[in-house]
Amino acid sequence: MSTTTTATTGKLWGGGKSPFNVEYGKLMMWYFLMSDAFTFGAFLISYGTIRFSTNGWPDPNEVFRSFPFAPEGVHAPLVFVSIMTFILIISSVTMVLAVHAGHKMDKKGVVRNLIWTIIGGLAFLGCQAWEWTHLFHEGAWWGSNPFLNADGTASSTNFTNYFFTITGFHGFHVFSGVVINIVMLIMTLMDKFEQRGHYLMIEKAGLYWHFVDLVWVFVFTCFYLL
Amino acid sequence: MSNEAVVHAHGAVAAHEVHGDHHHEHHHHETFISKYVFSQDHKMIAKQFLITGMVWAVLGGLMSVLFRLQLGYPDATFPWLEDILGKWAKGGRITPEAYYALVTTHGTVLVFFVLTAGLSGTFANFLIPLQIGARDMASPFMNMLSYWFFFAASIVMLSSMFVETGPFSGGWTAYPPLSALGDASPGSKTGMDLWLISMALFVVSSLLGGLNYIATVLNMRTKGMSMTRLPLTIWALFFTAVLGVLSFPVLFSGFILLIFDRNFGTSFYLSDIFINGVGALPNEGGSAILYQHLFWFLGHPEVYIILLPAMGMVSEILSINSRKPIFGYIAMIGSIFAITVLAFLVWAHHMFVTGLNPFLGSIFVLLTLLIAVPSAIKVFNWLTTLWRGNIRFTPAMMFAIGFVSLFISGGLTGIWLGNSALDIHLHDTYFVIAHFHIVMGVASMFGMFAGIYHWFPKMYARYLNNTMGYIHFWVTIAGAYLIFWPMHYQGLAGMPRRYYDYSIWESFKQFAELNRFISTVAMIVFAVQLLFLFNFFYSIFKGRKVTKQNPWDATTLEWTAPIHPGHGNWEGEIPEVHRWAYDYGKDGKDFIPQTTPVGADESHH
Repeated sequence: MSTTTTATTGKLWGGGKSPFNVEYGKLMMWYFLMSDAFTFGAFLISYGTIRFSTNGWPDPNEVFRSFPFAPEGVHAPLVFVSIMTFILIISSVTMVLAVHAGHKMDKKGVVRNLIWTIIGGLAFLGCQAWEWTHLFHEGAWWGSNPFLNADGTASSTNFTNYFFTITGFHGFHVFSGVVINIVMLIMTLMDKFEQRGHYLMIEKAGLYWHFVDLVWVFVFTCFYLL
Repeated sequence: MSNEAVVHAHGAVAAHEVHGDHHHEHHHHETFISKYVFSQDHKMIAKQFLITGMVWAVLGGLMSVLFRLQLGYPDATFPWLEDILGKWAKGGRITPEAYYALVTTHGTVLVFFVLTAGLSGTFANFLIPLQIGARDMASPFMNMLSYWFFFAASIVMLSSMFVETGPFSGGWTAYPPLSALGDASPGSKTGMDLWLISMALFVVSSLLGGLNYIATVLNMRTKGMSMTRLPLTIWALFFTAVLGVLSFPVLFSGFILLIFDRNFGTSFYLSDIFINGVGALPNEGGSAILYQHLFWFLGHPEVYIILLPAMGMVSEILSINSRKPIFGYIAMIGSIFAITVLAFLVWAHHMFVTGLNPFLGSIFVLLTLLIAVPSAIKVFNWLTTLWRGNIRFTPAMMFAIGFVSLFISGGLTGIWLGNSALDIHLHDTYFVIAHFHIVMGVASMFGMFAGIYHWFPKMYARYLNNTMGYIHFWVTIAGAYLIFWPMHYQGLAGMPRRYYDYSIWESFKQFAELNRFISTVAMIVFAVQLLFLFNFFYSIFKGRKVTKQNPWDATTLEWTAPIHPGHGNWEGEIPEVHRWAYDYGKDGKDFIPQTTPVGADESHH
């Protein structure tokens, strides 16, 4: 210890005031999330640019109106995606509870809430897989768009192009988040954090998970509501 | 559990893992692989970045010599060209496809691999821990990954030169449709795929590196090293990292959309296209201009990613070798910050002639010209630092002064190009080439040379040869002006960029001899860089040995480390800092190191 710090203080960071009073990993995570926010920002702004320079656009209430196991011709606009969104937001709540349990060094609480978060993430991914499959069977994919514009004219393929690219990129982030959470769960079960004396890693994974949820709010707004 | 305690607890574990307990007594046993290849020592990683960057600089420079050969001697044939380039130089004359491939790869390689990875990769890695008083980067492992992603990017880019259809040839900006449609040109096929893979790897590398630099500067400073005691090199490298972390992801988004356009039948950038021999394409509704926005949102900050590290090192070297404090330290930080903010707000000045709304254009003109304010502050501060200084003309100092000269010359033409009305005439002419090569290309190379000459003793415990250094400097600065100054006149006369042969245009025939002159100088300058290369590698093994811990009589912390610093940099405790980095010529003392406590009778600066 004495070789890694300036001698007099017992702390790692002997440089007077740490600007944010956080350890470097959390700082890196925040900067990474800023960086990632720019990636999504660029996608969504591109989407907006193209959409507003195009004459017509399909009506999301018509495109996203199906439901698993629902009878043919059912009209349930945005019901399914609302459930998806609800699941993701609940998973954010359980992540908060896991972080909170970590603060209190409550291993059981961390494990229980992490498992719920992982289940929530997997459920969201499952819903997305169903929705993609459903749209694919309707003829929608990158480069092909079976839906008409809201005014009945033919639509450009950019509706589906952007939908699959951006929700896919978001889904990839959810998937990475689930993997991270599983790693965190394993590390918790192996008592890694008990040995370290803190559950800081859970907090960092939580930051990422909340970010992914926040991004979904914007993606959801752009594709399903507007 | 308080945050403080968490910081403490986690840090102790990390520090223990990284540095070991007894490193000041004996180094842990290191194999060749762990010391030279997969090293986690920031100093070794810096050298890896530097040498990889130098390899690319030679390749990229050689490419420019080859296409200058075509421009200077459009009618001549050189049989040896066919020997080295094969079908790309049938009959000893570079083919148009090869010409465009050379121009494209020259640009990509110099901008990203040499002046981004080679410059900030080298000096951020080398200087940040040494100058802030840290054992290593916040995450040495991520730092190592950063280099190896760059290395992988290099390998992919290099391999793209050997595919049958050639490397990408649509310009370093990779505008669609040339970059989006494989049928558009030979280089748009496999070469472009490899270009994209390489650049994606490069973005990952720069992200890993940048996050590390930011976290290290903010969190790992030694006791007493407040932000306003940091040397300007660190401020510059810090903002460089911020620029990279916030602008590369936008480019990455642009690349993902481009990959979909290339491979999955989307039309993000494509609309109403007819290719000769293929016919009309079904793509509809996309916008090629969209790509330009995404590209230049990175592209403009990128020029400051290239320039800021050079500015920081030049500030440091000018102050040390003038034996005077840097003039306007806080103003220097403020101007770097202003440049960083403005860098994100000017990208559309690359797009004045794309049909951009003239009203929007005028806003971008205003924001662009605003950059002249912090730039001028920096220039005047450098000049006033030199003013009445006790100047030591070391090779590093020569290159630093050369940087200031080039930055002024190139910066002034930026005021021309930043005007949307003038840009109608100057856009895509040799004037643009002259401007950006002087202000960011050669100037940043000068900053890099200054840094290498100055910190070589710290890197290798030997000096570079001074005589070769002076020859290198004078030929390079004279050559830089002789190559790029005439290009301003060519550009004003309307000579467009990227043409293969100007001799068939009545209006540009007058420049035949001038083009030949430029090409000749380019070859001479390239030859002198080989002299530098010889100097570099010769001096690593045979150069004059450094015997003083602080050979330049500098104040900063890297010169308090041993001549051969091990992994961990300082034996024993990390030095404590008591003052800013620029106490030169104070109270009758030549210099006062940052580690010296402030005396009771000392004057305030």
